Amino acid sequence: MSVPIYDDGVASGLLCGVLFGYVLESAGLGSPRKITAQFRLTDWTVFKVMFTAIIVSAAGLAGAVAAGVMPAGSVFIPTTFFWAILIGGILLGAGMATGGYCPGTSAVALGTGRLDSVFFMIGMVLGTGLFAAVFEPVKGFYEAARGPQAQTLSALLGIPAWAVLAILVIVAVLGFALGSLFERRHGGALTAEQITGDASGGRVQEIEVVSIRTG
Amino acid sequence: MHPTIRPLWPPLVAGIALGLVLLMTFLITGHGLGASGFFTRLTAWFGGELIRPATEANSYLGPFLKTAAGPLANWVSWEIVGVMLGALLAAAGGGRFRLRVDGARNVGGASRMAFALAGGVLSGFGARLARGCTSGLGLSGGATLAVAAFLFLIGFFIGGIVIGYLVRKAWT
Repeated sequence: MSVPIYDDGVASGLLCGVLFGYVLESAGLGSPRKITAQFRLTDWTVFKVMFTAIIVSAAGLAGAVAAGVMPAGSVFIPTTFFWAILIGGILLGAGMATGGYCPGTSAVALGTGRLDSVFFMIGMVLGTGLFAAVFEPVKGFYEAARGPQAQTLSALLGIPAWAVLAILVIVAVLGFALGSLFERRHGGALTAEQITGDASGGRVQEIEVVSIRTG
Repeated sequence: MHPTIRPLWPPLVAGIALGLVLLMTFLITGHGLGASGFFTRLTAWFGGELIRPATEANSYLGPFLKTAAGPLANWVSWEIVGVMLGALLAAAGGGRFRLRVDGARNVGGASRMAFALAGGVLSGFGARLARGCTSGLGLSGGATLAVAAFLFLIGFFIGGIVIGYLVRKAWT
């Protein structure tokens, strides 16, 4: 069997999604207070989880290609459109800071019972509709400054993939160290109790006491 | 009476687990995880239901209405359903499921909804502009070491930190 198997079916989607949602919630990333705390630099879970995941999966993909298990260029790699991606990134960061979520974490939040995520989702539909409405005038900006197709950092910097990974590991280690330092100074990253808001936490406006018992 | 709240996974553990899930996704599908694509298709679907001629004529959303199965019949839709289910399972198992409005303590329910809506609008627009979001472009693109992903992440953290400082009273 060669990989990737290019299965985009229902079972594939559900499996990948369930695992994705399970891991994100287990890390506390369904909590808008925990998520926004990253930008106040008092909780570095967003950075730590994201960077670690990127490094682990990048190492896996590069390793699979190096071992001859997976052909090079067989997975989708996005292409740079400098202005659209930079401004889009800024808007998503601003949206996360304001709304407390990003598209993926809003779905995680809904799974945990956080009804505010529904308003974020309504907003996303409106924002998408707005984009579609102004698509023609924005098109020039949208397609501007296109980089080489599927360009990787390895290609851009002229260094092998393992060297890029090594740099990312250094950035991650520094980020973990700096992040943990800031967290300690501010009383620690938000805990499960704090993000759930139980009797001791109490930072959540509960509509009704609806919780699921698992024994 | 609520069930016992179980501790969160340490970020390093969650990051490794997420990295493995992401790797598995690439090996199965040939692409990474995503999220904003679902909301694009949802918008196309709403447009198709409410103002079909205008949506069909729209150069961005129109193409999504061209398949017989409809705009929602796509891997990303099943994935997002999965994300909600997975989160529900984890939350329920961890004693962390609560039906509530989170983040309203400092600003009240109505302001929280307004902030959530505004944040959604910014994210929805931004994700279309970037052709992806934190999951699809940042995380999955990052796994392929794409330049686009890291450019996105730089913008994402700048935007988040600057606006985060301006709206800090809403969250603390």
